Order: sequence, then structure tokens, then C-alpha cells
Amino acid sequence: MIYLRLFFEFFKTGLFAVGGGLATVPFLYDMADRTGWFTHSALADMIAVSESTPGAMGANMATYVGYTTAGLLGGVVATLGLIMPSLIVIMIIAKVLEKFRRNKYVDAGFYGLRPCSLGLIAAAGFLIFRLALLDLDAYYASGAVGDLFHWKAWLLAAVLMILTNLVPKIKKIHPVFFILASAAVGIVFAF
Amino acid sequence: MNEERTSLRFLCRLFGAFAKVGAMTFGGGYAMLPILQREIVEDRHWATDEELMDYYAVGQCTPGIIAVNTATFIGQKKAGIAGGITATLGVVFPSIVIILLIASVLTRFADAPVVQHAFAGIRVCVCVLVFNAVVKLWKGAIKDKAGLCIFAIVFVLSVFLDVSPIVYVVVTAAAGILLTQMGVRGK
Repeated sequence: MIYLRLFFEFFKTGLFAVGGGLATVPFLYDMADRTGWFTHSALADMIAVSESTPGAMGANMATYVGYTTAGLLGGVVATLGLIMPSLIVIMIIAKVLEKFRRNKYVDAGFYGLRPCSLGLIAAAGFLIFRLALLDLDAYYASGAVGDLFHWKAWLLAAVLMILTNLVPKIKKIHPVFFILASAAVGIVFAF
Repeated sequence: MNEERTSLRFLCRLFGAFAKVGAMTFGGGYAMLPILQREIVEDRHWATDEELMDYYAVGQCTPGIIAVNTATFIGQKKAGIAGGITATLGVVFPSIVIILLIASVLTRFADAPVVQHAFAGIRVCVCVLVFNAVVKLWKGAIKDKAGLCIFAIVFVLSVFLDVSPIVYVVVTAAAGILLTQMGVRGK
């Protein structure tokens, strides 16, 4: 029964992949090796599509792999398998957290955790920064500092910084508007 | 938990809100943060900025991807078990629809130059939005010098080293308890 196996495989992925959507990637390569459902190069394509479509990446990948393996229902079953461990574990933790919220040790733990959480978020942002605004390959190849920067991207980033922080009416606009506008700018100016 | 929250209508709102968040997320769970701040914190007041950070921290070190974990947390907080399930199904719903459409129609979708240019632009924007999110969360997260140190250390280490976030989460939670016990907190 392919659906049951898909569900189980993605349940395992959801259980052991900890963190962002990219955390699922090593498990998917392993799945490809063990099951033969899809090849490594097919998986690389699926990752590219998952990164370039709306939706959380991990869920996109589960849907895609499931669909490739067993059609429409496969896509649904794989995604449900992926989210099942989160549902179970987080529900339990949320209940416990509610109960111990006022405990002084829990409070002290979160005092240390919040800066950490923010540090991890900032680091993820920095990795996107490196990808989107710096061209390390060109810099290493030529050694010219001017090659290190994607100038068009810097210009867009500067405009976005100003619009989202300084312009009174515009900064209240929904973030998705800026995302779509940036996509259009990317297409028009061939980023 | 009051009647209104567990009503079917509220569950529908929960599903709709998280489906919207899922559809507007481009990339991993971090790209979802600015959208969550707008939709869940500012517009609907279902969680505070601090709670969002706590969910991200806990979501980092528990099974499952962060986007799903955060949705489960908020859903459960607002409407119990049914809420957790509803919010989670909501956040993955756009993925299922969009990927099934794309997978059945365009297999070489990601290679198209138009798509690549669009996403190079989107990445720049996500970068700016995540930066703004960090600035906005700063006051709630970093209350003293020790907090600033923790932030700086975690940031630098996770940029340069390939260590699982679990390690940072466990160590800093312990550090928080230790620093509080030592009376360093708040200085």
C-alpha cells in the first residue's frame, strides 16, 4: 500500500527533521536511496520548485514528492504525514507550557531563549542576504571588490528599506505587496 | 476556553488566516515571520511578539518544520486541539494546492528565467522584511547586556558553524536560568 508507506516515510521525516524546511532535505535524499521512488536529480528539481513557490518549503516538498510518487492523493497523504508529529508534539508542549508559564525557572529559561531565537532568525536573514545581495563567486574569480555586490539588488534593498521604515503611509502596507513588487522588479530588471 | 472560540466559525477564521499566511510565505519558516507579525499579531491580536519568539524558539528544537510548529502553537492557544489541527491544515493548504497545480502542469517551472528573476527580487525583499522583523522584535527580546551577548554569540556561531539549532536553544535556556540565579539578569 503505497499511501501508507508514503505517510509513514513522511511521518518519520517530520519527526526527525528539526528546524526550517531545508532540514527535511537530507531525509528526502535518504528516502530516494532507500525506496527508489524518485532520483536525486528529480529531487533537486523539486527543491528548486519548492523554494520558488508560495508556501512553507517543507510542506511544498512533501506535496511534490508525494505527488511524484503516487499522484494527487500521494501529495496530500505525504503532507499530512509530515505535519502529524508536529501536531502531536506541539500540542503536548503547548499544554505543559501553559501550565508552567509562571514557574520561575521556565520564565528564566525564556529570558535566555528569546535573544537566542532572535539570533537564529537574524542568522537566517544573513544567509538570505549573502545569497541575494552578494556575489561571492564573481568576487573570488576577479578579486575586484566591485564584483562582490549585486548592485541592482542593493538599490532595490535600499528603496525597500526606505519605503518599509520611513514613508508614513506606505510602511503600513501589507508585506506581501512589497514581495510581489520585488518579484516584478526582478523580472523587469533581470536580476 | 469560551464558546465563541471553539465555534465552527472561529475555526473557519483560523483556517483562513493560516491559509493566507501559508500562501504569502516564500521560502522557509523565517520568511513567514514578517507575515505572521502582520496577520496574527498586528491585525488579529491572536499572539504577541514575545509569544511569537517563544514559539520560534521552541519550534526550533521540537520535531517538525518551524512553519507548521508555529501554526500548531497559535491554533492550540486560541482554540485547543481542534484549533491546533485547523491552523496547521490551513498553513499547508496553499502548498498542497499550488504544488499539485505546478507539478501537474509545469515540471520545468523553476528553470524558467522569468521565475528565477522574480525570485532573485523576492529574496531581496524577504531579506529586508526579516531585517525589519528583527528590529521590531529587538526590544522584547533583548532586555540587558547578557541578552545582547547571547544574541551576538548565537548569531555569529550560527552564521559560521553548522551546528544544530537545538544546541543553541538548550544552552541558552540553561544560561537564562543560570544568569537569573546569579543575579546578572536585568543589568
